[in-house]
Amino acid sequence: MLYVVIIFLLVSVYLYCLLGGADFGAGIIELFSHKSNKEKIKKIVSNAMAPIWEANHMWVIITVVILFMAFPGIYTQISISLYIPLILLLIGIVLRGTAFTFRHYDAVQDHAQVVYSRIFAVSSLLVSFFFGLIIGAIVSGKITTTPVDFFDGYLHPWINLFSVSTGIFICSLFAFIASVYLVSETTEKETRLLLVKKAKTATAVMVISGGMVFVFSSIEGVDFASRFLRHPASITAILLATIALPFLWNILNKGLIWPSRILAGIQLFFILAAFYFIYYPEVIILKEGSNISLYNAAAPAATLTQLGWALIVGSFIIFPALFYLFKVFKAERHPE
Amino acid sequence: MDNLLAARSTMAITLGFHIIFACIGMTMPFLMVVSHWIWIRKKNRIYLDLTKTWSKGVAIFFAIGAVSGTALSFELGLLWPGFMKYAGPIIGMPFSWEGTAFFVEAICIGLFLYGWNKLNPYIHWVSGLLVGISGVLSGIFVVTANAWMNAPAGFDWMNGQASNIRPFDAMFNPAWVSETLHMTIAAFEATSFAVAGLHAILLLRKHNFEIHKKALIIALSFGSIFAVLQPLSGDHSAKDVAKRQPEKLAAMEGLFESERNAGLTIGGIPDVKNEVTRLGVKIPRLLSFLAYGDFDAEVKGLNEFPEENWPPVLPVHFAFQIMVACGFFLAAAGIIFWLLKWKWKEYLFHKRFLYLAAVCTPLGFLAVEAGWTVTETGRQPWIIYNIMKTADSVTPVPGQIFHLSVFLLIYLILTVVAVWLMKRQIKALNDSQEKAGV
Repeated sequence: MLYVVIIFLLVSVYLYCLLGGADFGAGIIELFSHKSNKEKIKKIVSNAMAPIWEANHMWVIITVVILFMAFPGIYTQISISLYIPLILLLIGIVLRGTAFTFRHYDAVQDHAQVVYSRIFAVSSLLVSFFFGLIIGAIVSGKITTTPVDFFDGYLHPWINLFSVSTGIFICSLFAFIASVYLVSETTEKETRLLLVKKAKTATAVMVISGGMVFVFSSIEGVDFASRFLRHPASITAILLATIALPFLWNILNKGLIWPSRILAGIQLFFILAAFYFIYYPEVIILKEGSNISLYNAAAPAATLTQLGWALIVGSFIIFPALFYLFKVFKAERHPE
Repeated sequence: MDNLLAARSTMAITLGFHIIFACIGMTMPFLMVVSHWIWIRKKNRIYLDLTKTWSKGVAIFFAIGAVSGTALSFELGLLWPGFMKYAGPIIGMPFSWEGTAFFVEAICIGLFLYGWNKLNPYIHWVSGLLVGISGVLSGIFVVTANAWMNAPAGFDWMNGQASNIRPFDAMFNPAWVSETLHMTIAAFEATSFAVAGLHAILLLRKHNFEIHKKALIIALSFGSIFAVLQPLSGDHSAKDVAKRQPEKLAAMEGLFESERNAGLTIGGIPDVKNEVTRLGVKIPRLLSFLAYGDFDAEVKGLNEFPEENWPPVLPVHFAFQIMVACGFFLAAAGIIFWLLKWKWKEYLFHKRFLYLAAVCTPLGFLAVEAGWTVTETGRQPWIIYNIMKTADSVTPVPGQIFHLSVFLLIYLILTVVAVWLMKRQIKALNDSQEKAGV
């Protein structure tokens, strides 16, 4: 059953990055759009997200539940060592969701809209950044179970160039997914072109910040680049994700919506797969040199059996319902 | 403020904030479903307006509930890592089911809120019903986990380690029925009376629209049933507490010395130093009867237990009194509503009754908050009753006061904004009703 639970954990993380990531990325796109386009982008983002963002957001809750039930050692160690960025992440999650809803549901359209939009866009960026930063910090090898002081225990694991660069990388990744995904949410040719341009900018940032992750890992002494080079599967995955880019531009320019969405999803899959091959089954790399892994932190068998079944049964309920939700609201819009 | 107290306060405000939105999320779908059904069957436009009006409120409240709920799922680990390390594998089962229920709720609320003109009316209606059902299930699962903290089961505890974990026994622990029943009824009762009260206030303010009258009737018809049932469920809970957590009951009652034929104290101020409760009205022998179904039974006082294991007596006692007072007031209001509806229909919208409904607006939620204070504060100093102390499970991260201040500020702002948004919604509604001339 351990493997069933692990598969669900990986699927939840992937879907959160894909679906939740697209929603956070939409906020980032809105933040970095020119004044003259802002209203247009805002409208597209609002309509695209409104019916589905709460469902998309659920994947993080599923992830957390799997972590604290099946891998309590991982959950509690992250909660302690990355306390501060987690709090900042939570503040972002709370502000993003409420600002988005308030903007959509305020009965009066007045100056408050500007405030909601600001908070929504900035907190989308914050959540993405801290989400990426936390992932970087978990594998940075700077988390310690026996801190000597406050800095060592609660700051150093995440205040370092490596974690910051993973944060920036995730922001650009989410913005990339969002722009590919949003293209089909409008039928206006001009806006489509604008979003394709955004996707290209996001890709450029992604490539640069991805390079930074490697460079900073060497500077910070994080065992990332060297591990990467030792894993042919990871190298292959990253190569495939990169090779797919020209194809993606091609089909985006042709206006093939679903193929481009699916391809972007596959690229995300490759990126996460590369990460997975580097570290599996290790999760938290400790300063002490040891690690907390999916094996050594697993809960007793009785718990895993129960959770595994709950997830299997749950997925038979959730996936069809989710499919129906997307079918109702995400039917393709054809360009004029 | 020391770290432990700050962490406890953070947990208290997060839960106290979230519970309001959770209750609304559990109840409003059922009220909407009734109104929506009448619209589908009778095509009376007012019920469509009412459903849509309520659904806008629900959309706002549900979003706040969803994000504050997310915050909670993280905060359990952030604030109480020592607890979650052991509790996660034991009591994760209801959380794993809650995940599914919450997910279904989120999907269905999307379908319901944005499905107008897109879905077949009956499928649309069912999506609304599913929001309610999954919301209630979510609530039941989460409260089950809390029940386990009060009545730990499903594991063996030896030398500070849990072994022989039985998730099924943990979930269906001895307290799960009484706690989930009491809370579900409370959610229905509190939300319905708050909704009814708001519409009553609007009617009193001369917004004399049919929509407010219909809303009042639907909300009170639903809420009053549960208001009348709640004292029965409360009695069930009290008997449960008497059996399993006698020191909690003693704190609720402010009872220091064990007594046979113990009287029920109403009101009163416990003086912990001198171990006596003053100024209360005492009804002879009633406590023995309520706790054990026997007027002669012995009720244990706090002195039977070591003082370091006493819960804070004052807050528990006061919170309990407030909860019971609110509960009985609402039950009485519920009975009056049924009397009027049955015999004196013309008085349903009489000023006096509307005033009564208006007064009831906050009482249900006040009772919910007070009730949670009794459950949680009454369990102290334990986080898992008789197994693990709250102080031993708190995070080692210093500076909890900052976490507390930031979240207090955010939740205060959100409360103010939510109220402000409601006001704007209500104004827009009244204006549109004025225009429509109904």
